[in-house]
Amino acid sequence: MTAFPLPLTELLGQSGSYVIYLLIGLAFGATLETAGFGNSKKLAAQFYFKDLTVFKVMFTAIIVAMTLLFLSSSIGLLDYNLVWVPPTYLWPGIVGGLIMGVGFIVGGFCPGTSLVAMATGKIDGIFFVLGVLAGIFLFGETVSSFAVFFESSFMGRFTLPELFGLDYGVVVLAVVLMALFMFWGAEKIEAVSGGETAQKAPRRAVPAAAALVVLAVVGLVIGQPDNADRWQMIEAEQNALLEQRAVQIEPVELLSLVHDSRIKAVMIDVRDERHYNLFHIHDARHVPLEDLVSASEQLMQEPANTVFITMSNDEARATEAWKILKAESLPNVYLLEGGVNNWIRTFGDHDFVRDRYVMNRADDEPAYRFELAIGARHPAAEPTPHSEAEFEPKVKLELKRAPTSGGCG
Amino acid sequence: MSERAKPYMNPYVAGTLLGIVLFLAFFITGTGLGASGGLNRLLVYVQNIVSPEHIDQVPYLLKMAGGSTNPLDSWIVYLTVGTVFGGFLSGLFGRRVRIETNKGPRIGNKTRWMMAFLGGILMGYGARLARGCTSGQALSGGAVLSVGSWAFMFAVFAGAYALAYFLRRFWN
Repeated sequence: MTAFPLPLTELLGQSGSYVIYLLIGLAFGATLETAGFGNSKKLAAQFYFKDLTVFKVMFTAIIVAMTLLFLSSSIGLLDYNLVWVPPTYLWPGIVGGLIMGVGFIVGGFCPGTSLVAMATGKIDGIFFVLGVLAGIFLFGETVSSFAVFFESSFMGRFTLPELFGLDYGVVVLAVVLMALFMFWGAEKIEAVSGGETAQKAPRRAVPAAAALVVLAVVGLVIGQPDNADRWQMIEAEQNALLEQRAVQIEPVELLSLVHDSRIKAVMIDVRDERHYNLFHIHDARHVPLEDLVSASEQLMQEPANTVFITMSNDEARATEAWKILKAESLPNVYLLEGGVNNWIRTFGDHDFVRDRYVMNRADDEPAYRFELAIGARHPAAEPTPHSEAEFEPKVKLELKRAPTSGGCG
Repeated sequence: MSERAKPYMNPYVAGTLLGIVLFLAFFITGTGLGASGGLNRLLVYVQNIVSPEHIDQVPYLLKMAGGSTNPLDSWIVYLTVGTVFGGFLSGLFGRRVRIETNKGPRIGNKTRWMMAFLGGILMGYGARLARGCTSGQALSGGAVLSVGSWAFMFAVFAGAYALAYFLRRFWN
């Protein structure tokens, strides 16, 4: 498994992880301040083409961070699936952005820079921070009246490469080149209209830019790991779990999970649609194997107490599905021992199990005959939990490494 | 500005440093940077002391401070506290900590303070609507290539440039 991002709470405990965030905050604040972001005049000068520091700092930071992130992901050091990508709510984002743009030019700061301004004794910064608090207060009081808009145009974790249908490496390189071109333009603009505070690019800027382009190209050539690559990275330890049968849970354990109010059991049925239509466990979702990688993005958004259980008729395809989801870094993935066949054997009534048994069948095919496509309306689809059933519990909830909130959480 | 104050760092160098900090934040913790979220939680903390019943009536606030949930028990609060101290320390070393008001030459302090407060209100409101500020959305979301974050970023620049001309008296 990729080492990064680190499972901080697991490693250091809650307070230990807070120390890390505090340190990151220190570095963040210090960099903002040395860039001159504590000075509202310098920030506002951006919008009069006198000093394009805001633009230069921001885009340099974005392309440096982006290139390093995707490079470390392509060499298998960082798991991009576990990185928080702010979900897209398109229109609330755009309208909020426009309001913030107006606030920027009226007030001369953005929230992060105003904190730094306040910390360095700028009185206008203090007033701005008070204004931000007032604005946040107003938002909390009024959001209920436009809740529908606030939740609208939700597109989930949606990235530029997905939007354009391009490789991550191509988009990273394109963004780097675009930013470098715009820096060149920014220097030209400052040469014409720049004030005395504007600073030119340092002498080493060209080799540094070239180095960044090289890194982006390297990332592009290696490419981002696909599901098969990701499985390869974890294959050894995960195959051991399969062989020890540590992740195959009995039907009775699954039933107890479904009825456990502290757990959200998400059952993923990967059989053919016709088999799913004939019979499936109540609440099981039908996801064909080939759609599983794309579906895993949604599954990643499930709450931390979610347990995923894959199932097929026997175990073959459920095991494939399990591997795919494990490779996508989903936490708490298990598979149904003996599959749906075993479920029916356990919970079907005696006559049904005796009369409908299929003698000679291929592996991972249905073991019981259904006359009609009754889906989850069969009594065995939703058995009542019998508390006397004994089993050795295998499910252990692991802490979620993937962040459920980020950015401005 | 005092004569002894050190000049600001070159923007490209500062940007590279900021990019490395941002990369490390993602690399180590999986989350990016942010600022408005921390302020939000500080505010909700105070609201929860002043009128806890009110918190329980607003779903947006309930998520952060409902029941026994402590709104300060969140990583973003520590990040924000760190940001303030980091800014202060950097200012101290650069000899740039000074009680002053930065403003355009044609307006007085009171006008500037009023504008800062007004701009802050818009910023705070917009940041919550957009689910993130310049740090959380534009910078962090931009680096991980979120579509919404890029749309947001262009909207911020568009909003500011659109109004800049009409406000030139305040800054120039």
